[in-house]
Amino acid sequence: MPMDATRQPGPVLSVAGLRKHYGAIEAVKGISFEVCPREIVGLLGLNGAGKTTTISMILGVLEPTAGSITIAGVDLARHRSQALAQTNFAAVYAPLPGNLTVWQNLRIFALLYGVNDFKARAEIVLHEFDLKKFRNTKCGVLSSGEQTRVGLAKALLNRPRVLLLDEPTASIDPASAQDIRRTIRAAVSQGETGVLWTSHNMYEVEEVCDRVLFLSQGEIILEGDPKTLPAQYGRQTLEELFISVAREPLELGMEEP
Amino acid sequence: MNLSRMAAIPLRQFYLYRGSVARLVPMFAWVTIDMVLWGFMTKFLGGMAQTQYRFVPALLGAVLFWDFMTRVMQGVTTAFFEDVWTRNFLNVFGTPLTMPEYIGGLLVSSMATSAVGLVVMLLVAGLGFGLSFAAYGAMVIPFLLVLFLFGMALGIGAIAIVLRLGPAAEWFVWPIPALLSPFAAVYYPVATLPPSIRWISRLLPPSYIFEGMRGVVSGHGVNGALLGAAFALAIVYILLSYWIFARVFRRAVKTGLLARYSAESVS
Repeated sequence: MPMDATRQPGPVLSVAGLRKHYGAIEAVKGISFEVCPREIVGLLGLNGAGKTTTISMILGVLEPTAGSITIAGVDLARHRSQALAQTNFAAVYAPLPGNLTVWQNLRIFALLYGVNDFKARAEIVLHEFDLKKFRNTKCGVLSSGEQTRVGLAKALLNRPRVLLLDEPTASIDPASAQDIRRTIRAAVSQGETGVLWTSHNMYEVEEVCDRVLFLSQGEIILEGDPKTLPAQYGRQTLEELFISVAREPLELGMEEP
Repeated sequence: MNLSRMAAIPLRQFYLYRGSVARLVPMFAWVTIDMVLWGFMTKFLGGMAQTQYRFVPALLGAVLFWDFMTRVMQGVTTAFFEDVWTRNFLNVFGTPLTMPEYIGGLLVSSMATSAVGLVVMLLVAGLGFGLSFAAYGAMVIPFLLVLFLFGMALGIGAIAIVLRLGPAAEWFVWPIPALLSPFAAVYYPVATLPPSIRWISRLLPPSYIFEGMRGVVSGHGVNGALLGAAFALAIVYILLSYWIFARVFRRAVKTGLLARYSAESVS
């Protein structure tokens, strides 16, 4: 295992031949991809395409049937704790405990992720996500959008090398969503973080992602720059391309640019 | 073992207890009620029996020790349930926290809450009914230690059941002490049980403790070998329960149950 995983060159996340079977059902079919530092990669696909299964495997809460996941040079299967220390995540289906205040939640997750300069980091993320006024408010009484922002503040608390965002703006109004995208984009551009971002909002994906992966029935069937990819496949917009991928994946796969 | 990560679990419990009357009151209320009820029961039996038998250290003391062990178990399970109730598994187990650190955190939380319960019981039983740990001499330390270890083993085993069967299995957990108490010789000697079921008592570390406690109270002392056997058994149960929990956890990660725990089952 590398002694200083935080200074490894190359991709911060490498996924190779990743598979997941649930009995006879193959949810993820041997996908491979990489995420580089300061890169935001969109993981797109229909509901049930395998996005959340993939994120759960990278998060270490779901064991792959086959394949490997390397986070900042550390093999997740062999050195789970060291690898996960380099990650963090936010998902609309995983809000922080509502019976603790924003500050208490951040304090606890700072301990779990080994954040040494907790107070300074907490002040920064509270400021970045406009949460200072909610510092002593229980998360359970915040609006869904505010809770999402708390989850994102937690996700950036430890300056992760790999940030997993599963539909992070799903419950947020357009103005706040734009602010959040800017905040995450700024945090990513300043540090060494790479982001894997799932979203059904194609406008958002086009705005924020450097590269997208289209997942269909557990396989990556398209990959490229979200700004140029639609034209390569004869579509006007990313949303149009998404719909085509969803409805006619085989036909589209044959249309090489 | 990273102590900072482990400390996150008791710190979370501290925050929850500090801000919640619903959590604080049960820490004091049930043990107080038990001490008062069994205190008067002990007085009544002492008056009826008209013997030299020391009912207060023998019976009320037994209830106190048993309640302590129950609080230890519940300290572990309640801290785990906080993650179940708030659907917090993804947030907690998606961190670098290791299994020994998580279990260690639950145990530290349990130590704190059970210690509070013990102090309350001692105050009520001492001030109200004259119970003192001095009645057991130095033996009180191994008695408490074995019961603490067995309570931890029960707690870890109980959370393995809930993790395996889903949140609704919480209701299997609460009656565990009541199910064990007839065989644990809390209120009567093992010899009172029919010979055909005494083997169950021999498998339970508390039975040796309560037999030893009655031996001390009646002036016969404690069989050191049996006390050692109780300690060894408690250690075996802790290792066994940890092994079971680790297996259940690995299965939950493999099958996807951990990621979809609210579904209770992935089949």
